[in-house]
Amino acid sequence: MWRYAVRRVLQMVPVLLGTTLFIYVLVFALPGDPIRALAGEKPLPDSVYQALRDHYHLDDPLLVQYGRYVFGVLFRGDFGETFNGQSVGQLIADSWTVTAQLAATAWLFELVVGMSLGVWAGLSAARRGGRGGGTRRGGFADAAVLGGTTVAIAIPSFVLAYSAQLVFGLKLGWFPTAGTDAGWPMSYLLPGMVVAAAELGYVARLTRTSLVENMRADYVRTAVSKGLPRHRVVVRHTLRNSLIPVVTYLGTQIGYFMAGSIIVEGIFNLPGIGHEIWLALQIKEGPTIVGIVTFLVLVYLFANLVVDLLYGVLDPRIRYD
Amino acid sequence: MTETPAIRRERDEPSAAVPAAATAVAGGELGGGAAASLWRDAWGDLWRRPIFWLAMAIMLVMSLMAAFPGLFTSREANDRCDVQFAKRPPASWNPFSGADHPFGTDVHGCDYWAQVVHGTRAPIVIGFAVTALSLLIAVTLGSLSGHYGGWLDALISRITDVFFGLPLLLGALVVLTAFPAHGIGAVVLALGLFWWTSMTRLMRGQVIAVRDADYVQAARMLGAGDVRIMVRHILPNAIAPVFVFATLNVGVVIGSESTLDFLGVGLQYPSVSWGLQLREAQNIFVDYPYLLAYPAIFLTATVLSFLLLGDAVRDALDPRLR
Amino acid sequence: MTVTASPNPTPGAPLLAVDDLHVEFRPRGRTVHAVNGLSYELREGETLAILGESGSGKSVSAQAVLGLLDSPPAFITKGEVRFRGTNLLALPERRRRTYRGAKIAMIFQDALSALNPVHRVGDQVAEMLRVHRGLGRSAARERAVELLDRVRIPSAAARAGDYPHQFSGGMRQRVMIAMALALDPDVLIADEPTTALDVTVQAQIMRLLAELQDELSMGLILITHDLAVVADVADRIVVMYAGRAVEEAYVEDLYARPAHPYTEGLLASVPRVDRRSAALIPIPGSPPSLAAIPPGCPFHPRCPRARGRERCATEVPELRTVAERDEAARRSACHYAEEVLPDAVRTS
Repeated sequence: MWRYAVRRVLQMVPVLLGTTLFIYVLVFALPGDPIRALAGEKPLPDSVYQALRDHYHLDDPLLVQYGRYVFGVLFRGDFGETFNGQSVGQLIADSWTVTAQLAATAWLFELVVGMSLGVWAGLSAARRGGRGGGTRRGGFADAAVLGGTTVAIAIPSFVLAYSAQLVFGLKLGWFPTAGTDAGWPMSYLLPGMVVAAAELGYVARLTRTSLVENMRADYVRTAVSKGLPRHRVVVRHTLRNSLIPVVTYLGTQIGYFMAGSIIVEGIFNLPGIGHEIWLALQIKEGPTIVGIVTFLVLVYLFANLVVDLLYGVLDPRIRYD
Repeated sequence: MTETPAIRRERDEPSAAVPAAATAVAGGELGGGAAASLWRDAWGDLWRRPIFWLAMAIMLVMSLMAAFPGLFTSREANDRCDVQFAKRPPASWNPFSGADHPFGTDVHGCDYWAQVVHGTRAPIVIGFAVTALSLLIAVTLGSLSGHYGGWLDALISRITDVFFGLPLLLGALVVLTAFPAHGIGAVVLALGLFWWTSMTRLMRGQVIAVRDADYVQAARMLGAGDVRIMVRHILPNAIAPVFVFATLNVGVVIGSESTLDFLGVGLQYPSVSWGLQLREAQNIFVDYPYLLAYPAIFLTATVLSFLLLGDAVRDALDPRLR
Repeated sequence: MTVTASPNPTPGAPLLAVDDLHVEFRPRGRTVHAVNGLSYELREGETLAILGESGSGKSVSAQAVLGLLDSPPAFITKGEVRFRGTNLLALPERRRRTYRGAKIAMIFQDALSALNPVHRVGDQVAEMLRVHRGLGRSAARERAVELLDRVRIPSAAARAGDYPHQFSGGMRQRVMIAMALALDPDVLIADEPTTALDVTVQAQIMRLLAELQDELSMGLILITHDLAVVADVADRIVVMYAGRAVEEAYVEDLYARPAHPYTEGLLASVPRVDRRSAALIPIPGSPPSLAAIPPGCPFHPRCPRARGRERCATEVPELRTVAERDEAARRSACHYAEEVLPDAVRTS
């Protein structure tokens, strides 16, 4: 297990360097003036312009620039500054708790609702199709879950966000429509559901497929031949194996929450990291966007690493390769 | 599986005097014809599924709207708009009532039906262009990586890892923020840049699987060159799953494109797209819900059609169902 | 035959009797006749081999005995499976479960996929004891190590904590056997237990099975496609073709004088040390599709003796006694079995 963990961590290094280099080159080294491009349509006063050029050391050789940048990002948490001089790192430090609460809420929805729906549909499909019945359509539960999740996946999250705000917030008044005044969990329930909706569909489908696949595995037949009661066959010999890919998938969702939080925090006015990007996008404030997204990518890569390690713990076959 | 009854055997050519020795071959008989018959079977299964036809119908209508908007509306995009008549809700929720503006008018006073019809082209074109671009990258890199292995494989795989490390939306967001242009080409590039990674991994795996197949080894021993083996033997057999994956995920690209438009980093006015229409509707949707509803319905239906097609094809391709 | 369960079975009465078993698969509206009227009996302490090509219904019939087939797509349309006189097919699932593993155990061809990859092998063996015998965790564990030791897994105590993929193919099959023997079953069904293994390992596993069977005096059903595997260990052989038994005989009789043209063909198509000079003759054609079994004798399209005989193409031959050694010892499902028998005598 330790060798596996060390190898995974080492594999991260080139990806980390490559990703940051990529963002860096893209933003600061492309032909044209990066400061003007980042500023977008907003005209920059000359003093600000020269300050930004100096700040980013744009007259140094590219690799030196990158070295300084990556050192700053990785060891000093320096993700650059906003136009009005606030450090992006500080911005993130001030707002990450909101995003974390939103992500936790959404993640819980995915975990509980997504997996339950998947297991419900999977068992329904398996009952109809038998242990070797394949992915054929099962009973009502299966059809309902498949249909419902397909629609949930197809609706763009910003449409869903506005509709939810309109119906459950304004018309029915069940949840607050914006802000975090009501605290956790009340303020986070509706946005959490919206962030989770599409991914919840994927989780339910993955759980279902994985369950049905596992139902026809040879070792499930062995479990039946051992004379084990049905619930034991299902729980210990089918669910335990089926949930490995689902748990892995749920782990990689952290990255999705980051992107999802931009839209949902923006629409529900939750002052998190995504909201900062949302605001920066409204006024086309490039350095802030790039700084925060770099941070989010690092979080995403780190989450993936944790998931990989978790996978090694859950599936004994992985860690001995 | 220890032994499946010989359900598929009837399709095998009954050749004369096959030595059916006492040591019968257990299980899989996947010869060269098996792959072809799998696709033929899948088609036979597909066309009996109503879901498949529903998906195809939506796609056909959307493709027609994208290619020939003139069939659906007499107006051009942003044509004959009058701010005086801005934000007029449709006279009736029935779009076939024969009213002047069946979908009402938008914030600029343009006919909303015409705008929504013209809004079809950008997402559809971007969806397919991103898919084609990614396929091109994936097939090239995946083939090189899988076929030659060694340092080339290592290099390509690491590069793939790097791009895989950037989630599609976040990556495209950064690229478009830094990018000076915001036309269709820029959006295609930004999305395509992050969309090829899974396909490349899939292609590489396919090529490796096919490369080691007996019939490719045989061709190599007969002295066929690298290019010939690649073009004649490996590509045709390895490309199908990658192609299917790419096609079924066009819907995801379309959804992402709309999100970028909505966030304001994608297409810009005077371009017309569903994402932009939704962006315009965002602050006034409480009073004018139809501005949100119509493009949302079109967008959702399009994404849904690819999802439904994906479900149908996956089911049809699963030979264990037979 | 009586259908009542008796606690003290009369000696010589069959331990397990399969009677006129029919199994169909109905995937998507089609019907595949996998087993079509299979009958055999297994006695105490006996080793019965079921021989057939893939698709002959041998594995399906074994899974039907234990109730492992999924319905749908599989349906047992007719027949009985009697264990010590109790018809298992008529039992409710709850009671039938108590026979699985405890009275009748099964091992499978591919032990790697048959063992659960995410549980330690010791736990998988111990699970039998915990569920059926209600043993505690440590007691079950201890007993599992004993069982692993009994199937000659070196340093069993340490290896009980390993996962299936950490074992070699032969060792994995030993784990399967240990698991199957955990509850001292009366019948062990081994479905192609050595097919996935190297030849030398095959021999070891077969020897282990034979020794354990002797030690525990269980009935052993050995399902195989390979004549050579069963020659040494089996007492009797049932030859299956297209879901039916076509011949049933003592091993030595079958080798010396096959009573069915299919058996004859099988013997002619494998190399044999005792007939070195004879050329190998393959059976022409291929086994029939189970969705469209030929009318009459299912073997007639491939049978050299059926040429020009209308009866073979129209009338299904019954499995009938063709020669006596003891009761039901020698049966063949060929209209012209008598013609086959003396032939074989002449050539051997």
